[in-house]
Amino acid sequence: MSLNSQDVSRIARLARVELSAAENAATCDQLNAILGFIAQLQAVDTDGIEPMAHAVDVVQRLRPDVVSETDRRDAFQAVAPDVEAGLYLVPRVIE
Amino acid sequence: MSDSMINASLRQLSAALAEKKISSVELTTLFLDRIAQLNPSLNAFIATDREKSLAQARAADAAPQPCGALHGIPLAHKDIFCTEGWRTSCGSKMLENFIAPYDATVVEKFKAAGMVTLGKLNMDEFAMGSSNETSYFGAVKNPWDVSRVPGGSSGGSAAAISARLAPAATGTDTGGSIRQPAALCGLTGLKPTYGVVSRYGMIAFASSLDQAGPMAKSAEDCALLLNAMAGFDPRDSTSLERPAEDYARDLNQPLAGLRIGLPGEFFGAGMDDDVRATVEVALDEYRKLGAVTVDISLPNSGLSVPAYYVIAPAEASSNLSRFDGVRYGYRAPEYGDLNDMYAKTRAQGFGAEVKRRILIGTYVLSHGYYDAYYLKAQKIRRLIAVDFSDAFKKCDVIMGPASPSVAFAFGAKSADPVQMYLSDIYTISTNLAGLPGMSIPCGFGNNNMPVGLQIIGNWFDEARMLNVAHQYQQMTDWHTQMPEGMR
Repeated sequence: MSLNSQDVSRIARLARVELSAAENAATCDQLNAILGFIAQLQAVDTDGIEPMAHAVDVVQRLRPDVVSETDRRDAFQAVAPDVEAGLYLVPRVIE
Repeated sequence: MSDSMINASLRQLSAALAEKKISSVELTTLFLDRIAQLNPSLNAFIATDREKSLAQARAADAAPQPCGALHGIPLAHKDIFCTEGWRTSCGSKMLENFIAPYDATVVEKFKAAGMVTLGKLNMDEFAMGSSNETSYFGAVKNPWDVSRVPGGSSGGSAAAISARLAPAATGTDTGGSIRQPAALCGLTGLKPTYGVVSRYGMIAFASSLDQAGPMAKSAEDCALLLNAMAGFDPRDSTSLERPAEDYARDLNQPLAGLRIGLPGEFFGAGMDDDVRATVEVALDEYRKLGAVTVDISLPNSGLSVPAYYVIAPAEASSNLSRFDGVRYGYRAPEYGDLNDMYAKTRAQGFGAEVKRRILIGTYVLSHGYYDAYYLKAQKIRRLIAVDFSDAFKKCDVIMGPASPSVAFAFGAKSADPVQMYLSDIYTISTNLAGLPGMSIPCGFGNNNMPVGLQIIGNWFDEARMLNVAHQYQQMTDWHTQMPEGMR
């Protein structure tokens, strides 16, 4: 199966990436080429094979529930596009 | 003096510093001057800061003796590592103005070792590329022939060392990004076992595959660098708790009886004749050193590139969702509502290849497709890893080419993503399996371009791989050669 321009628009919306109509057409061809390439995986028999999420099987570590970081809010917000009074500013979401 | 310093090994530099034949300030100045002179034609460095570097060098000179093995030696960081007070762009417009507010663990460790930061190195945008052509800051040129690519994604690191603009550099390798540029630029690069080097502060691409490693002229240099880089880090959730090792401990072991596995799949069609001939000569050198070669098979290795191009984009689409124009990085100048701000910021801030991979990743993880793509690829990943563990019952290391061709010309593959992806056909399987891999220079192919020999080790067998590489480098001088135009 291959993607059409509506599929590409849906994926771009999910990914929060704006695509122009011209970009949509080119992207559609490129994504289909890549999906065509990875389609060969479907032919492989993987019955009973455990999926491998990580290269080395280790158990997730836990740490004591105590404060381990210092407050560096000012330093971290210095690199933000728009802040005020310690808050990140974004377009209004509640009218 | 300066000629001997730019070609010196890290041990030689360390000795010269300890004996006060040269100061760290003089050594740092020497490399900064070379960068000023030669970088405009290479574009390997995308940030330098003379005063910052010299301040570190002065501090190194003032430190009480004795100092560690790397103290006072300059190195440069791939721009994927957060470096406090330095612009850390990851090769992207998205982070063009991002001044890192903290150090990556790797950067912190090298600082603690007394090394001097020379600057930040160009790379494919978010480490997605095999030619350095996807950098927002323009492609890096290969010092052996500036009409050719240096490889990627650690192409700035490779070009900088090859042109002797830095004695050593950091790199990262998600699918071959240390080994392929090391091969194409004629240097030594090592991707350690997944989990050996901390990923903290290293801008994430595909978290289950990303691993940092050293790039330098020789295996001995890489061993010393890995000694400083490796180690458990509680700030990286997949960092491994293992006892510290001296990766240089076995460098001088003889190779008599070493079993080298040669996978049929790595020597089939797809490899250029000049690469094949050069690799064959290197294998003969190993036989002279007393090693024996064993034919092995990695039957599922042909599936590694397609499996990678499911897993890596899936993880990338998740990791790169953090770039939304809110907390750091680029924000579109004009937008409507919040979703429009996200979509325009990401459309303008990311380059074409990054967007392509985000879209592929979003698709393979989207509702109804997860099992068919991501889960399937993870099962195939297991098959690939099992192939390696079976192979290592018959051999100690695996060898083959690091790249199917020597460095190619700019534009040769950039129009066809799948062709570009196949540049990493021999390197990707080790990332999927989490194994350590390295590339060492083993001669020259067509147009006098460097060829890399890949050495793949068993999990946590870096010390042996470095031994295997070092013994070869005692017999050959490929690793000491530098491009004529860079003198």
